[in-house]
Amino acid sequence: MDNIKIKADDFCFYYSGVKALKNVSISIRRNQVTGIIGPSGCGKSTFLRSINRMNDVVFGARSEGKIWIDHKNIYDADVDVVDIRKKIGMVFQKSNPFPKSVLENVAYGLRINGIKDKSYISRKVEQSLKDAALWNEVKDRLNKSAFELSGGQQQRLCIARALAVEPEVLLMDEPASALDPTATLKIEELIQELKANYTIVIVTHNMQQAARVSDYTAFFMMGELIEYGVTSKIFTSPDKKITEDYITGRFG
Amino acid sequence: MNGKKIKEFLGFAMLRVCVGVVGFILLIILYDIFSKGAGKISLEFLFSMPRKGMTEGGILPAIIGTIIVTVITAILAVPLGMGCAIYLNEYARNNKMTRLIRMSIRNLSGVPSIVYGLFGVVFFVQFMRLGTCVLSSGLTLGLMTLPWTITASEEALKNVPRSYRDGSLALGASKWQTIRTNVLPYAIPGMLTGTILGLARAAGETAPILFTGAAFYLPFLPKSLFDQFMALPYHLYVMSTQHHAIVKVRPIAYGTALVLITLIFLMNLSAIIFRYQLRKRRME
Repeated sequence: MDNIKIKADDFCFYYSGVKALKNVSISIRRNQVTGIIGPSGCGKSTFLRSINRMNDVVFGARSEGKIWIDHKNIYDADVDVVDIRKKIGMVFQKSNPFPKSVLENVAYGLRINGIKDKSYISRKVEQSLKDAALWNEVKDRLNKSAFELSGGQQQRLCIARALAVEPEVLLMDEPASALDPTATLKIEELIQELKANYTIVIVTHNMQQAARVSDYTAFFMMGELIEYGVTSKIFTSPDKKITEDYITGRFG
Repeated sequence: MNGKKIKEFLGFAMLRVCVGVVGFILLIILYDIFSKGAGKISLEFLFSMPRKGMTEGGILPAIIGTIIVTVITAILAVPLGMGCAIYLNEYARNNKMTRLIRMSIRNLSGVPSIVYGLFGVVFFVQFMRLGTCVLSSGLTLGLMTLPWTITASEEALKNVPRSYRDGSLALGASKWQTIRTNVLPYAIPGMLTGTILGLARAAGETAPILFTGAAFYLPFLPKSLFDQFMALPYHLYVMSTQHHAIVKVRPIAYGTALVLITLIFLMNLSAIIFRYQLRKRRME
């Protein structure tokens, strides 16, 4: 289990009775980028949101099975979801900066965790913005509203915000789907740099993106994990016909 | 002109007439009140007691009474209404029970104010033995305002994007932390706007205070919450229909009306300013 960071065991998920994930079992490797691909509604986002229990906020949702982070099943009764989400950062499809300054956006996660030390906060903000490759672009306008940044900068700001609370895993839900090609490229480069320190799981609609950024790829369809393996293998010689059909654009 | 253009012109013309009629009626009312009331307004009128069976003197007790009763209304309706809205929008599950509660609240806002007045007499004045007093009236108006406050506050909460909540939760904030630091700051201007409009409506109500604490003629200020009080809308009602020398006191009635609508206008204006600032903050 040493090189495995996240392990799902027969994990099922239901939205008010409808089974959205069917017995998903997968082992996601530490300090690697794992891409999740599949047609719309295949459950890839649902699975991603199950890893930090963001699905808990959906009324009428229910899960079965286990997801292990290191050696702890995060669906055990004694687990505090707040701790889980601190440990597992998330970046959303649509960048969602808060209507605060650039600095306060990054500091938000620190403040809600009770950190008041100003010099620590400013150091941490700077470090997180540097890690998110945004520092040079915003260092002169830390006190300006985050809404003044471009779309790509806003998304990197959200990444910086997630990094500030020192997560171990970074979940990304189509982080570049609303961005132009240049901004997308920057995010992809950033993902490559971040994997040295984080385990990254990225959901993407874009097959080329999955091929470019991920070390491992999981193909989901209709709530099932169809195939999972090294990216180069999935994209060149998948074991299953249906995976090949999807990757070559025959449907989806 | 072809048929399409004629229809377009007629449609617009009809809509213009609608706006024109409404604006005209409003102007007439305002002109009537201003032309007949403005002459009565003086420092003496605003700051002295009524004298000689209310045929002379000012309306100070009515102004103070309306302010006090509105403050009591706010103390009851604002925290309770906002709390209720926060619970309904952020915590309550969307099930039959919540839908029933929401429907009841909507219906309550449609209950005629005189019915609230009757309830106030039975519940606050008699059952709770508060007697006819400014407290009973304020509580009655508070109940009447609650559904408005709740509905307006819930709308304001709904306008805060979901992504603010998700983003905060994903960083490890608890639900309450999320609401306190990343939802309420953006909802409160909207909540206050709706609340002030509800309070302005309450300040102008006659029926709920009529039975519960408003007095016909009291040439002194209430000394405690358990005293009766004079209020602008009720004073206006008295001066225009109940007084023994109606024609003689007509100017006082108009002066009272002018003070009342000015007070309500000021409250609405502050709501507009709040809303403007909210929009400005959104733009940034």
